[in-house]
Amino acid sequence: MSRNLIIGALLSALFLGLAALSFVWTPYDIATLDIPGKLQGPSGAHLLGTDHFGRDILSMIMMGARSSIAVAVVAVGIGMAIGIPLGLLAAARRGSLLDEVIMRGNDLVFAFPSLVIAILITAVFGASAVNAIIAIGIFNIPVFARLARGAALPLWERDFILAARVCGKSATRISVEHILPNITNLMIVQGTIQFSLGILAEAALSYIGLGAQPPTASWGRMLADAQTLVSIAPHTALVPGFAILLMVLGLNLLGDGLRDWLDPRLRVVRA
Amino acid sequence: MNILDIRDLNVEIGATPILRDVNLRVHAGEIVAITGESGSGKSMTALSVMGLLPGRAMARGQIKLDGSDILQTAEADLCKIRGNTVGMVFQEPMTALNPVQTIGDQVAETILVHEKTSRADALKRAAEMLDRVGLKLPPTRYPHELSGGQRQRVVIAMAIALRPKLLIADEPTTALDVTTQARILDLLRDLVRDFDMGLLLITHDLAVVADVADRIAVMQHGEVVESGKTTELLTHMQHPYTKALFAASNHAVSLPVRTESVQLLYAKHIVRDYPLPRRTLLGKRPTFRALDDVSFHIDHGERVGLVGESGCGKSTLTRAILGLEDVQGGTITLDGDPVFTGKRPNLSVRRMMQVVFQDPYGSFNPRHKVGRLVTEPFHLLDDPPTGTDRDTAIGKALTDVGLHPADAEKYIHEFSGGQRQRIAIARALIVEPELIIFDEAVSALDVSVRAQVLDLIAELCRKRPLAYLFISHDLTVVRSVTDRVMVMQAGKIVEQGETEAVFQNPQHPYTQTLIAAAPQLPDLAAVG
Amino acid sequence: MIRYALGRLTSLILSLIVASIVIFAVIEVIPGDPAAFMLGVNARPDTIAALRAEMGLDRSLAVRYADWVAGMLRGDFGQSWTYKTAVSELIADRIWVSLPLAIYALALSTLIAFPAGIYAASRRGSAGDVTIMGATQLGVAIPNFWFAMILVLIFAINLRWFSAGGFPGWDNPLQAIKALTLPAIALALPQAAILARVMRSSLLDMLGEDFMRTARAKGLTRRQALWKHAVRNALIPVLTIIGLQFSFLLAGGIIIEQVFFLPGLGRLIFQSISARDLIVVESVVMILVFVVILVNFLVDLAYAAVDPRLRARA
Repeated sequence: MSRNLIIGALLSALFLGLAALSFVWTPYDIATLDIPGKLQGPSGAHLLGTDHFGRDILSMIMMGARSSIAVAVVAVGIGMAIGIPLGLLAAARRGSLLDEVIMRGNDLVFAFPSLVIAILITAVFGASAVNAIIAIGIFNIPVFARLARGAALPLWERDFILAARVCGKSATRISVEHILPNITNLMIVQGTIQFSLGILAEAALSYIGLGAQPPTASWGRMLADAQTLVSIAPHTALVPGFAILLMVLGLNLLGDGLRDWLDPRLRVVRA
Repeated sequence: MNILDIRDLNVEIGATPILRDVNLRVHAGEIVAITGESGSGKSMTALSVMGLLPGRAMARGQIKLDGSDILQTAEADLCKIRGNTVGMVFQEPMTALNPVQTIGDQVAETILVHEKTSRADALKRAAEMLDRVGLKLPPTRYPHELSGGQRQRVVIAMAIALRPKLLIADEPTTALDVTTQARILDLLRDLVRDFDMGLLLITHDLAVVADVADRIAVMQHGEVVESGKTTELLTHMQHPYTKALFAASNHAVSLPVRTESVQLLYAKHIVRDYPLPRRTLLGKRPTFRALDDVSFHIDHGERVGLVGESGCGKSTLTRAILGLEDVQGGTITLDGDPVFTGKRPNLSVRRMMQVVFQDPYGSFNPRHKVGRLVTEPFHLLDDPPTGTDRDTAIGKALTDVGLHPADAEKYIHEFSGGQRQRIAIARALIVEPELIIFDEAVSALDVSVRAQVLDLIAELCRKRPLAYLFISHDLTVVRSVTDRVMVMQAGKIVEQGETEAVFQNPQHPYTQTLIAAAPQLPDLAAVG
Repeated sequence: MIRYALGRLTSLILSLIVASIVIFAVIEVIPGDPAAFMLGVNARPDTIAALRAEMGLDRSLAVRYADWVAGMLRGDFGQSWTYKTAVSELIADRIWVSLPLAIYALALSTLIAFPAGIYAASRRGSAGDVTIMGATQLGVAIPNFWFAMILVLIFAINLRWFSAGGFPGWDNPLQAIKALTLPAIALALPQAAILARVMRSSLLDMLGEDFMRTARAKGLTRRQALWKHAVRNALIPVLTIIGLQFSFLLAGGIIIEQVFFLPGLGRLIFQSISARDLIVVESVVMILVFVVILVNFLVDLAYAAVDPRLRARA
């Protein structure tokens, strides 16, 4: 196991642990405001200081980890659950009209960056965390569909697939029995990468107010609140920023480490 | 005069010895062949001479090339030698050329790297060199527009553009069809004479060696076990490995005599067209006729061969027989029932035939255990065995092909190429089909392993009557394991008949060309 | 080549048609009555009726869609409800901030990524490679808007080299470029990190190709072989990423504009969302999508320039 894998797993576990812990315990209740104690620097009482409402930033980070991870996990789940079957189907019917339609549909989604999707949804339905999930999830679909199709196509040319066809197995059955197990590693590694991109996208959307709404704590909102305070209380901007940075870094290292460990030849995409 | 003089060359990668005490000399105007099976160290010897060993490799000894010792030469000076004093031709012409540069530019580059001359002059000389190697195409073409044989000519032109004293050719014709192979070998022989250069030819194909080499070196496990003048070595082999190698190359299997003659597979006037990309925006899509009015039959227990060069329609025919693709015309029936039944395959027809593929590495799902792999055809049975019956069936299938029942619990990567082909045969036999298609099933194997697999096939035929279609580009193999043979060219079967009759007295001009082009091992009856 | 370009052009037009239908459906069909939606729950019925008339909502969907598309083809994006001016004018003002910002960032990203990726690949495993790869790991993980805030903190607030935000207009091009510099860096560095990684791995793939061995056998040095044979082949996957990145830069620019108070399309779109001015949102989204599709078309053409196999096929 590589150093990447270990550091990545530790960092990811740290934030998952913090998020899980927040369900039962946080150092302070983030719903209670303490205006006189606002903008304190890090101290024994408040390890990471307090924000402009006097709320404990560590507690906010723990609660924020929860919403970031929830949004990213569900969005990746949507992408995988819809994208992988679509990709497998397109590969099984390669060259057909169906394949063409699926792939053109994917191209089309790529023309709508997730931010643009979020803008469209917000304009009509208003801002919410669900909004962010849908926007990021939709954008994940073509990522997984393309990758699954691309990985499945060369497999379809392999002799062991031909042997399965000679045994009378249907395309669907071959896809599930032979293709899927052979692309699982790639999907897991890409899933990790998309997870990290999801964290970044969620932060960006809530930063501009298109994601989680107050009073839900989120890293992006914390940064938006800190923007005007950055010169007087830099820790309010530095702490959530580093939280995002470390979480994303951890997931990326985990993804790279997993790839090296499972199969160094896997081709993931990162864009 | 020695162009190349290798003395006591030892190469190690880590603690693993790759080459041991290799001694080899090449004179000007001489063709020296290094032969041996995969892993014998042939290619490593070639790369040592080029100074292109992998970074982890440690070399000791002496490689004198035109007076200077390669092992003592600095990288910068090696660059001046490569392409200038020594050129190299590789096995895979499809990937040896840069896909985004014209062939003229790539040949001219050899000249520009070594000489201070204008690009125009280099291009002019490149065009002359392309003409010299017999390429009748403008130098402005890109590699993807050329066939394999044409690309190999470009690679040769690149290697000899500066008339090197030594040319190294590593399996230069292995990826090519026999007729193309014959022309490339002719060209190489011609160039050696013309330029008075030495040629170090590396090949596993003993027939090619016997055909073109002046001297032979036989390698095994990184050592030269025997070397000498071709005629002498062929008539007085000393080393047991040399003898075994040549014996395996000429291996003849003894097939049991066929008794039945009831029709099994019947194909009549098959036509298969593939659509090509549109030429004009709205015009009709042109088609490519892969199978053109193909008719033949295979009887119960009959062993039929199919020979032809790449692109002749062999693979298309395989798919059509297996019922994987529909045909545009004609009928294919197995025991009277059509093999293709639309989307829903007719399992009772499918279970009567199985297939063994060429690539021992691509034929199996790497994520399944052998037990699951060989029982995949059970999908074809209405009532497949389960539990202990299934285990017994797996054990029998593996034992039948010379493996052990316990192998069922292993994964495919734990087996060698030859063992994998045995597993492929076990998979094909497990539903006791009437017909097996061997699609280049022994082409990827070393000669000694190939001989064993061919013996296995003959043995299976003795156990029970088995009909097969043996598809191969290797005429010698087809001749030894079939009763009847069909010759295919450009989607047509141009000749078919009893195997011996066709080989001894070919009627169709294409068959004649094919047989003439195939290099023959001389009769080695004297070998004992 | 011409056939290939025509093929891509057809696909460009089809994508635009489908994209416009999607946008139209989301903005004008899903809300039910866009006029009532735009004016909110407290609007008086006669105001809604006036807006309905102005937007022509009494006509059928097909006619409205056709009208919208025909208008856009003439450069007429309708009238903004909140700004009371032509949407085309609003966009024309702001696109001269957003587009230059995206192009500036793309140029920076490419200029940083290419040398870094090539250097790292050619000296694989060296200290330089390890340093560059470590830096790109960080770069990939940094949220660009946070990076922008840090840049402002350091270079605007502490060092005072740049102003913290705002845009002086293009009357003084130098000042304009200066105002876009911090935003462009904030956008470009994370993208450069991705691009450098792709460039490096694409090159390393090429180094293992047979034709690289052929080149070495001709007498090219390792470096010559890399520059003359690997780089151009490695560009093919890199171009794909550049095309994808442009849409991210354009969208990412919307966020960065918030950090630097730049009067670009991002500001326009957020103001329009809070004012529920669907007409402006619809048009700006369409413009963004148009630019993305256009850039991907240009990338397809660039492929053909690099790869002769594509020119032949089509």
